[in-house]
Amino acid sequence: MATTKKFMYVNRHPPYGTVYALEGLEVVLVGAAFEQDVSMAFIGDGVFQLKKGQDTSDSDMKNFSPAYKALGDYEVNKLYVERESLNERGLGDDDLMELTWEDEDDDWSEKPSIHIISRVQLADLLEEQDVILHF
Amino acid sequence: MLHTVNKSPFATNSLQTCLGLAKSGSTLLLIEDGVYGALVGTAAAEAVVQALQEMHVYALGPDLKSRGIEKEKLIEGIEVVGYDGFVALAVANDKVQNWL
Repeated sequence: MATTKKFMYVNRHPPYGTVYALEGLEVVLVGAAFEQDVSMAFIGDGVFQLKKGQDTSDSDMKNFSPAYKALGDYEVNKLYVERESLNERGLGDDDLMELTWEDEDDDWSEKPSIHIISRVQLADLLEEQDVILHF
Repeated sequence: MLHTVNKSPFATNSLQTCLGLAKSGSTLLLIEDGVYGALVGTAAAEAVVQALQEMHVYALGPDLKSRGIEKEKLIEGIEVVGYDGFVALAVANDKVQNWL
């Protein structure tokens, strides 16, 4: 039996100016098929990926923000957002999309996927990982 | 002179450098990821608030909307324009500098 590794995808770029965010999200969704222990971190401008209310109808770009809502269905339900990065950008918890997942071990109850943590906590989480990929 | 900035102020020093060299009375238009510089209460906001005292500052509406930035989140004094406003600013100014 294959061993499960801890994968963390670190997102540092905002959603539309470059292709990092979209490509990173696609890698996470594809990688979810391999049944690893996956988590995502959002730091720096990466926190803007989770900003609620994105609407590209006036700019002819692809609004891929709804795809983050699918992560929970792929058992990617640990999204860590660094509080310091939010604060530096004038954002609070209420500015982020509401992302949830259904816990089959707890009568399919809906639970939040986003966890806002401190820089120190994130540093510890990074230390725990087997594989860390940056986008 | 019209200055456009298309990078996040948290990712590069494009905005900072632009504001350091832009003359009083000139115009700044924030576009693409540059619109994050229009957000109120950020680590970069103070420089923009200062600039507003002697410059006109605009942000491109479609780029704000794409990123989920509501008007209430903007620094006071920044005006939102559409693509037509972008064109009008480019026409109204004798020169344009794009700070990439």
